[in-house]
Amino acid sequence: MSRVWTAILLAGAGTYAMRASFLGFAHRLTTLSPWLQRVLRQIPPAALASLVAPALLRPSGHLDVTQARLLAGVAAGLIAWRTRSTLLTLVVGMGVLLLLRAL
Amino acid sequence: MLIGIVPFGLVVGATSVSDHFGIAAAVGSSTIIFAGASQLAVLQALASGGSALVAAVAAWTINLRILLYSASLAPELTHETTRRRLLASYFLTDQAYAVCITRWKIEHSDRAGRLSYYLGAAVTLWVVWQISTIVGALVGSAVPADVPLDFAIPLVFLVLLVPTLTSVPAVVAAAAGGAAAVAAAELGAGELYIVAGAAVGIVAGAIAEARRS
Repeated sequence: MSRVWTAILLAGAGTYAMRASFLGFAHRLTTLSPWLQRVLRQIPPAALASLVAPALLRPSGHLDVTQARLLAGVAAGLIAWRTRSTLLTLVVGMGVLLLLRAL
Repeated sequence: MLIGIVPFGLVVGATSVSDHFGIAAAVGSSTIIFAGASQLAVLQALASGGSALVAAVAAWTINLRILLYSASLAPELTHETTRRRLLASYFLTDQAYAVCITRWKIEHSDRAGRLSYYLGAAVTLWVVWQISTIVGALVGSAVPADVPLDFAIPLVFLVLLVPTLTSVPAVVAAAAGGAAAVAAAELGAGELYIVAGAAVGIVAGAIAEARRS
């Protein structure tokens, strides 16, 4: 089986297990300890920032703060913050990147 | 809600095709994983040469938050059969959770209509997601190769990240996570930088939250 399908099946099986964890199996056992809830609450900002920062700061495999993707990302971040719109953020981010590349 | 997930689904389909994984992988990913951010994390990890296991671990890390949703919804559906709860589990997403946790309290205080309401919302989201992915894959293959479509992936992550930054601990978790991910990548951690960054960010955020309370 190819690398792509192995990744999809592994990711899908793990994700379903998490979805069904309490809902499917432990539905009478749903009191998560406060410290576990505290840990789980940090996952979205921590994991998403770990995906975004390297893509903006080292797009060609080494740290570089003077390239178009960082500028385009900062512009897109401002739009995301002000509008919360996925579409506008994509349009502005892509637009700034294409513009900077054309200059 | 529905309008918000459409561009996201388009990006999943389009980047999947532009990274040469093909439309079958896009559809497989959207039906088998059915969780946008982690689908993109898998794509990003595979496209930069990561192994299947590294890609899957990145997806699991992002989806750990689903444990919270599952634990939060479970007490509301204890009257349903295991089979129906296992079916409901497959459709659990951020959006389905958000809709139900607010509307259930208002409209379904009797519990009886809760699962139908949940499935109505969640299955609609599923259908829109599949269509968006397929349309994205079809459109993506028509986009000229010099358009940097791969940049849409971090942009989508950015859209998801920004609304989570509502407290000091969340900002600490993001800042520490982002910095650690870059540092890990610079030090040669390969695609494991995602997990390394997330782990550091989670610990930093949890410490920040514990100090405030």
